[in-house]
Amino acid sequence: MTIGTPMLRKEDPKLLTGEGKFVDDIHVSGELWMGMVRSPMAHAKILSVDVSEALKMPGVHSAYSGADLNGMGLWAAPLPCAWPVTEDMVNPPHFPVAAEYARHVGEIVAVVLADSRYGAADAAEAVIVDFEQLPAVASLDEAVADSKMAHSDLSTNKAYHWALEPDNAAVEAAFANAAHTVTGNFVQQRMIPAAMEPRGVLAVPSPHGGELTLYSASQVPHLLKVLIAATTGLPENKLRVIAPAVGGGFGAKLNVNPDELLAATLSNKLAKPVRWTETRSEAAFSTHQGRGQNQRIELAADADGKVTGCRVHLDADMGAYMMLITPGVPLLGSFLYTGVYDIPAFGFTCDGHFTNLTPTDAYRGAGRPEASYAIERAMDMLAAEMGMDPAELRRRNYIAGGDHFENFTVSSTLAFDSGHYGPNLDKALEMADYDGLRAEQKKRRDAGDAKQLGIGMVTYVEICGLAPSRALGGLNFNSGGWEHATVRMLPTGKVEVVSGSTPHGQGHETSWSQIIATKFGMDPNDVEVLHSDTALSPLGLDTYGSRSLSVGGVAIAMAADKVIEKARLMAAHMFEAAPGDVEYENGSFSVKGTPAKSVHIAELGFGAFLAHDLPDGMEPNLQEQVSFDPPNFAFPFGTHVAVVEIDEGTGNVELLDYIAVDDCGNQVNPLIVEGQVHGGIVQGVGQALFEAAAYDEDGNCQNPSFLDYLVPSPMEMPNIKTDYTYTPSTSNILGVKGVGEAGTIGSAAAVMNAVVDGLSPHGVKDMKMPATPQRVWNAIQGVTV
Amino acid sequence: MIPAAFDYVTADSADAAIAALTEHGDEAKLLAGGHSLIPLMKFRLATPSVLIDIGRLSDLSYIKEDGDQVAVGAMTTHRAIENSDVLKAQLPMLAHVAGQVGDPSVRHRGTLGGSIAHGDPASDLPAALLALGGSVVVKGPNGERTIAADDFFTGFLETALAPDELMTELRFPKMPDAKWSYQKFNRRAQDWAIVGVAAVTNPMNTSVALVNMGAMPLRAEAVEAALQGGASAADAAAKAGDGMSPPTDLNADANYRNALAQTLVARALAETGA
Ligand SMILES: Cc1cc2nc3c(=O)[nH]c(=O)nc-3n(C[C@H](O)[C@H](O)[C@H](O)COP(=O)(O)OP(=O)(O)OC[C@H]3O[C@@H](n4cnc5c(N)ncnc54)[C@H](O)[C@@H]3O)c2cc1C
Repeated sequence: MTIGTPMLRKEDPKLLTGEGKFVDDIHVSGELWMGMVRSPMAHAKILSVDVSEALKMPGVHSAYSGADLNGMGLWAAPLPCAWPVTEDMVNPPHFPVAAEYARHVGEIVAVVLADSRYGAADAAEAVIVDFEQLPAVASLDEAVADSKMAHSDLSTNKAYHWALEPDNAAVEAAFANAAHTVTGNFVQQRMIPAAMEPRGVLAVPSPHGGELTLYSASQVPHLLKVLIAATTGLPENKLRVIAPAVGGGFGAKLNVNPDELLAATLSNKLAKPVRWTETRSEAAFSTHQGRGQNQRIELAADADGKVTGCRVHLDADMGAYMMLITPGVPLLGSFLYTGVYDIPAFGFTCDGHFTNLTPTDAYRGAGRPEASYAIERAMDMLAAEMGMDPAELRRRNYIAGGDHFENFTVSSTLAFDSGHYGPNLDKALEMADYDGLRAEQKKRRDAGDAKQLGIGMVTYVEICGLAPSRALGGLNFNSGGWEHATVRMLPTGKVEVVSGSTPHGQGHETSWSQIIATKFGMDPNDVEVLHSDTALSPLGLDTYGSRSLSVGGVAIAMAADKVIEKARLMAAHMFEAAPGDVEYENGSFSVKGTPAKSVHIAELGFGAFLAHDLPDGMEPNLQEQVSFDPPNFAFPFGTHVAVVEIDEGTGNVELLDYIAVDDCGNQVNPLIVEGQVHGGIVQGVGQALFEAAAYDEDGNCQNPSFLDYLVPSPMEMPNIKTDYTYTPSTSNILGVKGVGEAGTIGSAAAVMNAVVDGLSPHGVKDMKMPATPQRVWNAIQGVTV
Repeated sequence: MIPAAFDYVTADSADAAIAALTEHGDEAKLLAGGHSLIPLMKFRLATPSVLIDIGRLSDLSYIKEDGDQVAVGAMTTHRAIENSDVLKAQLPMLAHVAGQVGDPSVRHRGTLGGSIAHGDPASDLPAALLALGGSVVVKGPNGERTIAADDFFTGFLETALAPDELMTELRFPKMPDAKWSYQKFNRRAQDWAIVGVAAVTNPMNTSVALVNMGAMPLRAEAVEAALQGGASAADAAAKAGDGMSPPTDLNADANYRNALAQTLVARALAETGA
């Protein structure tokens, strides 16, 4: 059960039997439920808020409008945006409860507190709010057109312009000299994240001690602690944030939300525990959404299909406000628009725009699936334009010609840690029986079958392992990128690991145990992992951006190495040998040449605890800590092949087969890798074929429930076929890269490339996501919508 | 997703349910499997002040042969219908259609009576009832009456059931040898049909019912008439949208629904050999 073993997850028995407690399972006596009164209009002036009827309802404790709360002086600062991407970025102040204007449907305009959840919901309905409706910017296109303002006090919806243009002259030259050019205009529709567990919060005050414990279904308890202190003025040293069992996040729990701040301040003010759990429909308004971009990508290529230039412009939908990293999400992809290809000239610009819609922010992949989609769709367009096989075109453009490379600086100015793209593609095409598929496709086309085949591939690269703190600083991202770990040998020979990364379904407890098991030659079940509670794990930067293993897991391995070094000194002292003569293997120390006399590292914990006979100057206890700040990001990659069957009579697209060959460097737990790949792929398939937050012209979300918001289920998926190549990262001692987002980064483009390929006999060159049956059917009829 | 407050009573007999309906009038709703009613209540689209739970009326859960008919109790679950040997032999389409409803947990709770009484144009079983020429037995304070399927659905979520009536039974003529086809078109396996077609071909005639092609469960009268008049299956199928006013929603506009209906009717008729 060491590194590389597909060990079953340690946390599952507890989660599967209901022993793992989620926020909504935790109750304290005297708790009050918040009921949110939400704006029914996308843009409106709040004329008056009347809570008097609500206050008369049974079990109601109190009710507040935004103006009431402002008057109570609860806020030290607006909701935080940690990523002011440019110096002149527009960032209108955003408070937990709107006082003057509501700027998206679902924005909180009043809050009621009652002694039951149902009572709070009923009382919220009884609050009377008088609104004056204002024109709403109900789509990104309307925001770009800029004839209506999402914020009535601003003169433009544009929030920022950001550019990554290392050499514009080179880009111009590439296009001027190109034999072929293609332009792709793609829409990354808004996505509703839909984690299995909705968000929820419980704040428990200690009226006499002044402490406050906040339980939140959050990916980022450490960030939350700092930012609650900054926004509410509550002293950080009195705050404790706990993310108990958390049922998925996908980026949607990487934020600082109005409800969390309300629970914290109101519980402190009222000296009562305050809680809230969003309903599934409420989540479409109370939790940020993902994607929301219009992309334009242009490629220039020479006569052989060698891509010589790539130029990208994005218009990105911020929604109504800047949340924690809203403006930066599209830029996270900026470095990846040249993909796995050696494209010498590159330029990227992005404009962020406000709309009167729910704010956007991180969603699995955050900027990188969008980038991968654009370049991989564009490569297919170029292949189609040149009449070249898409696999052949990709091969011709791979960095290092598809051979193994390390530390390659791409034109977007980053250095990719390592890659080896050629064999990865070969393996995927072989697994897919690519030639056989093309033959079958031709057969069906020739026969005019009602069901036609489409074959699509992507060769993606992603940037993860966020991140070198300096690199984040260079991007104006106000956070570090390190991770902290403590490894503690207990007196009885068991191990406690304290990790600053905060799992919400990824299986960190298992992976971290395997790392320790390998380092210390012990059973992973003798390792306990403590995490997600700022009192147990005070230092940490949490889980997102596929960073946990390549930063947090590496920190654990490094702390374990430090423990081993200390233990070696103890062993040397015990053996009366020079430390340099003490060898260590699989947990045991022995003196060179006398292997029979040995001591296991687990046996040294007790001596370190007793401290009766330590080497001179050595501190008691066998415990070490590390804050690891990686020297570079990690760049996982892979090839995905999607095979779809298109029913020409109905427009239905069935995903027949899916092949994924991913490379995330060395693997700690291949079973967990497999699970992440599967889940990620399904999420990207969701974007390609099923999901889209639909808004009407007034900015109302039309599908805020699972009745209409179609998340794919296992029934819609074929048996995913996976395999791997292994190209170790040069960014860390374990040689690992991330894999949490990889599936999503590859799959939407793979499926859409397949759909467009299948429709190409009808002259179809592109198709919007999701490729709904109606859209596909219309395309077959020659109607573009 | 949090329903408004309501009172809850349980009925331990059909008569008790009818008495409770009479007592509480329009304010009351019968609760069978709850899989249509409770979602409406959670969206606060339905706010009954009293729920009369008929979930314990196990004597309304049965499938039995009765001469040339099969009688199915209103409280019979989709799951029981799907697995019934009697239905598989006598009315295989009904068993099949029940197996196409939602997902297994929906099928274990949802009832045939609830599905028919709800009268949702997007639901599967009403189309089967129409195509199979079934009838609905209801009981009220003034006794029992039987309503032909064709007369049962009257408008959007409206039926011939009076507010004080309880549906007790569904009756279907046996047709072990009929050729049938059920075409359900949806995006995910668990979803309602975007368009569905139930077709039943007997030696004398073919009946075709449509799902989600109008305000209520409907017969494809133009298709049936064309077939009766000797048209080819392809020509008849081309009339699937005639006289329909299909809804527009996020999945499909009216134009696409018409096209789907034509394709699916053609496929259904090809299967039944009409
Ligand atoms: C996730 C999900 C997916 C679904 N998918 C499908 C699908 O694909 N296809 C499909 O057809 N349906 C689907 N359904 C609906 C399901 O089939 C319901 O079970 C059915 O429509 C209603 O049956 P019920 O017993 O749950 O009725 P209830 O919800 O209890 O009642 C529905 C209505 O009928 C009335 N009623 C119930 N029983 C009687 C009676 N005996 N006499 C008089 N009135 C009565 C009630 O008062 C209420 O107005 C789905 C439901 C869910 C939750």
